[in-house]
Amino acid sequence: MTPLINPVTLFFASIFTSNILLSNFLGMCSFISISKDWKSSFGLGMAVTVVMTVTAAISWLVLSYVITPLGLEYLSFIVFIVVIAAVVQILEMVIDRASPALYMSLGIFLPLITVNCAILGAILFMQIRNYGFVQAVTFGAGSGVGWWLAIMLLAAIRERIEKNPVPAGLKGPGITMITIGFMAMAFIGFSGMIAVQ
Amino acid sequence: MNPIVLGPLVVAGAAAFLALVISIIDRIVNDYGEVSIDINHGKKLLKVNGGSPLLGTLASQGLFVPSACGGRGSCGACKVRVLTDVGPVLPTETPYLSPQELANSVRLACQVKLKKDIAIELPEELFSVKKFKATLERIEDLTYDIKETLFRLEEPASIEFKSGQYVQIVVPPYGEIKESVQRAYSMSSRPGDSGHVELLIRLVPGGIATTYVHKHLKVGDELELVGPFGEFRVHDTPAAMVCVAGGSGMAPFKSMLYDMRERNAFPEKDIWYFFGARGTRDMFYLDELRQLEKEWPRFHFVPALSEPKPEENWEGERGLITDVLDRYIKDRVGKDKGMEGYLCGSPGMIGACIAVMTKNGIPESSIYFDKFA
Repeated sequence: MTPLINPVTLFFASIFTSNILLSNFLGMCSFISISKDWKSSFGLGMAVTVVMTVTAAISWLVLSYVITPLGLEYLSFIVFIVVIAAVVQILEMVIDRASPALYMSLGIFLPLITVNCAILGAILFMQIRNYGFVQAVTFGAGSGVGWWLAIMLLAAIRERIEKNPVPAGLKGPGITMITIGFMAMAFIGFSGMIAVQ
Repeated sequence: MNPIVLGPLVVAGAAAFLALVISIIDRIVNDYGEVSIDINHGKKLLKVNGGSPLLGTLASQGLFVPSACGGRGSCGACKVRVLTDVGPVLPTETPYLSPQELANSVRLACQVKLKKDIAIELPEELFSVKKFKATLERIEDLTYDIKETLFRLEEPASIEFKSGQYVQIVVPPYGEIKESVQRAYSMSSRPGDSGHVELLIRLVPGGIATTYVHKHLKVGDELELVGPFGEFRVHDTPAAMVCVAGGSGMAPFKSMLYDMRERNAFPEKDIWYFFGARGTRDMFYLDELRQLEKEWPRFHFVPALSEPKPEENWEGERGLITDVLDRYIKDRVGKDKGMEGYLCGSPGMIGACIAVMTKNGIPESSIYFDKFA
């Protein structure tokens, strides 16, 4: 049964009330390491948004027209990962051609989107919640925008932290983890307003 | 359908479809069309298909920039000055470029992808670099770990070079080694014998090229050589040549000595040749060079052993080559026309010899060396 949630509601819900980073804690590694610099954060956030939206759409089609009819649900993980890898590969080629500077600043994190758990996570949520096509795409796009928003917020906060004295032992990842904790608590304040299930 | 067949079929089908999409997009996105390469301010203009690294594209046009790793960005040899903007320096390049080179926009040719028209600067002598097909004519042990190899050039059949220059041998994939590599070796043959190239190759444990030469290469085998490269050569001044070598560092000096002897070149130069080794088992060409010393008054050969065993009955110099060198420069070498240093060997030996030479009044600008890398 496709749930009745309105795609527009779902889009905003996946940005705020169930942010994939701050409520589900998916995609943390690149979130922590790239957020040092807001320009790269912006680029990576955009890349994640594009990959999530496109992979959600393709995965939904593969899931509904190939995997489910053939009863091959146990293969869905492998197929999803192949889809993500292919989309990232294509995105990499396009970014390299269109903006070498962005390609350079993303460095290793661009191919690493392939193993970014937020993306596989979003697809698996889409699968277990039985979303329809429009819902799947809006959920993918919303989760991507949510990820982008969270990393931009963190990048902005870290830029301010840079200019302030931090106890030596907490410099770098330490203070970042504490910051993320506070951000997550703030975002949890939104939860329960809308059920995305 | 049987699920054992169906499962892999679906995964393979999905992967194949996506691979097809990727290749199609790759064709569209990475089509840079025809680009031009301007070399040395209009000296040479090449029209090539874009999209590939500069190194390979130049090689396909018959211009061989030296490279030991064959374009994988692991040797840092293929330095080229790029005059047009080709984007920021990649992280794969920075470890190999000095601040000075970075300021001079020197890049690694294997890492620069040709996307648009480009202007570069190459050393003039690269224009004479060729790829040779060669056949191994002879391979002999000089010591327990150094072999003398003689290659007959087939196509082109002769090479033009200056004594002291080197060639790269192209080692084909063998055994566990899956990719072709290139390694540089100084030529020990005389330029006068232009149909042959002789190389002295010491076995480096675990070395890809040296293991290939020592364990796999047989007489009659065909191999590709690329060259000549290098700036190491005899300088045309009246100053005395103080040459120091160890191990297979013998190679460029063998070429220089026999070449100068043959042509009676640089007749004003006195030549001192110091050759250092541990024991007699590391020593080679002793008789030949002593013979040369007898026939050729301005040539002085000083072999020295650092750790001679009593039973070896060594009658030559003893001690570290740097100490022997120091003694001779102080007492024996004629200094009235000045001195020049020529060094070939391990980086450690070269560093130590430069210190001894500068201490004894040879200016650093007159010390030339060929470091094993």
